[in-house]
Amino acid sequence: MTGLEVQGAEVRYGTFTAVKDVSLTVAPGTVVGLLGPSGSGKSTLLRAIAGLEPLSAGSISWDGVDLAGVKVFKRNFGLVFQDAQLFPTMNVGKNIAYGLRSMGRAEQRRRVADMLDLVGLPGYGERRVTELSGGQAQRVALARSLAPSPRALLLDEPLSALDTGLRRRLADELARILREAGTTAIHVTHDHQEAYTIADTVAVLSEGRLLQLGDPESLRTRPLSREVAAFLGARAFVTEGVAHRLGWQGSLSTGDILAVMPGSLVLAADGVSVEVVDQGYTADQVEVGVLLPDGQRTVVSSPVRLETATVKVRLTGGAPVPA
Amino acid sequence: MTQVRWRLGWILATLVALGFLGAFFAWPAATLILRGFHSDSGWTLAGFSEVFSSARTWRAVGFTLASASVSTVLCLALGIPGAYLLYKVSFRGRSALRAAIGVPFVLPTVVVGVAFGALLREDGLLGWTRLAGTPAAIIAAMVFFNVSVVVRTVGAMWSRIDSRLSEASAALGTPPRTTLRRVTLPTLAPAIVSAASLVFLFSASSYGIVMVLGQGRYQSIETEIWFLTTQLLDLRGAAALSITQLIIVTLALWLSSSMQARTTRALKLQPPAGSDTRLVLSRDWVAVLVTAACTALLIITPLGNLVWRSLHRGGTMTLENYMQLGSQVTMGTTIWSAVQTSVVTAVAATAIAVSMGLLVALLASRRPASPAGRRGLATLEALFLLPLGVSAVTVGFGYLITLNRPPLDLRSSVFLIPIAQAVVALPLVVRILLPVLRAIDPRQLEAAGTLGAEPLEVLLRIELPHLRRAMGLAVGFAFATSLGEFGATSFLARPDRPTLPVLIFRLFGRPGADTYGMALAASVLLAGLAGVVMAIAERVRPEEVSTW
Repeated sequence: MTGLEVQGAEVRYGTFTAVKDVSLTVAPGTVVGLLGPSGSGKSTLLRAIAGLEPLSAGSISWDGVDLAGVKVFKRNFGLVFQDAQLFPTMNVGKNIAYGLRSMGRAEQRRRVADMLDLVGLPGYGERRVTELSGGQAQRVALARSLAPSPRALLLDEPLSALDTGLRRRLADELARILREAGTTAIHVTHDHQEAYTIADTVAVLSEGRLLQLGDPESLRTRPLSREVAAFLGARAFVTEGVAHRLGWQGSLSTGDILAVMPGSLVLAADGVSVEVVDQGYTADQVEVGVLLPDGQRTVVSSPVRLETATVKVRLTGGAPVPA
Repeated sequence: MTQVRWRLGWILATLVALGFLGAFFAWPAATLILRGFHSDSGWTLAGFSEVFSSARTWRAVGFTLASASVSTVLCLALGIPGAYLLYKVSFRGRSALRAAIGVPFVLPTVVVGVAFGALLREDGLLGWTRLAGTPAAIIAAMVFFNVSVVVRTVGAMWSRIDSRLSEASAALGTPPRTTLRRVTLPTLAPAIVSAASLVFLFSASSYGIVMVLGQGRYQSIETEIWFLTTQLLDLRGAAALSITQLIIVTLALWLSSSMQARTTRALKLQPPAGSDTRLVLSRDWVAVLVTAACTALLIITPLGNLVWRSLHRGGTMTLENYMQLGSQVTMGTTIWSAVQTSVVTAVAATAIAVSMGLLVALLASRRPASPAGRRGLATLEALFLLPLGVSAVTVGFGYLITLNRPPLDLRSSVFLIPIAQAVVALPLVVRILLPVLRAIDPRQLEAAGTLGAEPLEVLLRIELPHLRRAMGLAVGFAFATSLGEFGATSFLARPDRPTLPVLIFRLFGRPGADTYGMALAASVLLAGLAGVVMAIAERVRPEEVSTW
């Protein structure tokens, strides 16, 4: 049982290469997040794994068996799209039972009911799909994909079309459902928060290349490049000297620079005074834009709006990256 | 003050539009219907019982329903694979093939009849099949005429269904053919039913085809109406048949439009771009085979044969058929003068249809705040689409019995035929202009309003410019329709001043190599005129107008 193995995968559209030399493995029972900005090739990679796009180089295999000649409908991978893509001519129950043709009627009904329970929509079997809200439709799509017990589940930005509050709630729930069912899954998203919530391992992609593969903690503390750090929320990159002036205790090896990650810079009464340039609100707190001694702008979180022209801060963390 | 004047303007426009429809459609149609229930001694159903006790009538009704049903089934069988190939698969020459499939639909029915008649005649390319004068010939012509309706209606929807829907099905372990059967075709069902009912409608009212190819042996309800009116002078019987035709056609039209509404409602349709797949012969061979056979046999062969034969007389290649169009006097007129009559008539009809259609489309696209106002406009729109549900034969026949005596004696007026043709073309014009006006984002108009534009200025500077392309399409459609109009015109044309389709029909029915050759040449000429006009019009087709 080695699960899914992607080796040197490449996908081309004419002269444009959407995915370049990507290798990664997904162990059985784990969830890998494919994280990247739009156009980074993450959805294309997912479609290649599903068998919807042919590889121009490399290989995809499951438990050591190459999937090159295996058609989409023989791969037994579940697939969930950004917008549920429920079959409009069938009700919710029929949608979920769609992949269960080898089962008997009674067994199908039981399975549909179990799946509806799992996704938190008990008793919705007879509903028409046009009556569902976006979040409900997405849960039904998830139930439909999980019903035939696929060997892996492929999630293509399943929560992106939902509004923020619902997205956060459903992300937690999705993580629970995947763990409960012990599902092997690949989850594509552009939202690192969502990736951290759902995935055990996150692969960061940019312009078709795999930049880094690691668990959320290692991505946060040890990004491999400025690009990864910037995508994960770094707003400034400072030299060791500047970092020390801001109260940082560590040291950098030569050729490295320190990425100021979200939460690295905190308010501190005994800290260094920096100039406040702007202030903005999030739901939880005030984001205060400050000028670092080297002139870069970064952000520090404050529980209240500041009335002063300067504020005292300290750099408590950060991630060293090659300059 | 301007507010009041603005309102008055719209009310006046409504009255003008309703007046036109009332005088030139509602009144003749209502008189016709009443005629069916009325005799010298008062109200009666005798007209119906007389007509329906005749075996001829039942043969005509039976033939109409049977031929339209067979034509519908064949059009679906040929058109659905074609819709897939021409709207979902990308390959070189696709747009040329799409245009080829669409050619027959813009041809006048008389030309279609003549083309198939010439193909199946003893000396025709397919004369050996001995299909001349059989129902098979009539049905083949109906399919030729209508297959593009299926291709276009179903294809337009197919290209807008998200391809991820079938990908979702495949990922759930379903092979492509099963996906087609269980997901794609059911999703397309509203478009398929809508197309089928339109094809049924057009087949059941393909008067010109049955007139030319039936040769008196096969009658549809419409040709029977013509027969009763002009040969037996039995107006009451003809009225009873018209009402029967009206019911059949209305049912088909109602089914079509309710299904069309469902198409737009139920699905989150995508913009058509980017969902095409490349041609894979191992997967698409059925569609390729069906479409290629359909194009070659059903479209290229009859039209090619028509042109080829028109260039022959007595077995030798010659331009004589064309030369004689201008010189030879047949039935009291030359073909050139018939061409002139046709063009002048069609220009007048187009002017009437487009100006009325524009007025109706502008009216129906208003967005009144009150529910009563909105209901009123919906009713108005439905009223003006009604002529679509009434066959052209009924319009012509209705004119014959109403507009030939005071208060409105137009029998000898040069305007009678243009008005009849305009009434036939009017619903098409409205159906082209209205979607474009409706698609204008109301916020654009609101933005113009907040920038200080008066309502009239908004109308002239924002709304009308949106219509430019649609107006081109509408003018082309109205002109081509009027040019080839045969149903109403055949009732109204004066013997000494026939339009081109009427003259072709008369020539084609006559013995003699001269008249036959000239009928062919005139058909090519008429087809060319209509085809060129439509080809130009199609180039400006706006995206919002997706129906035929």
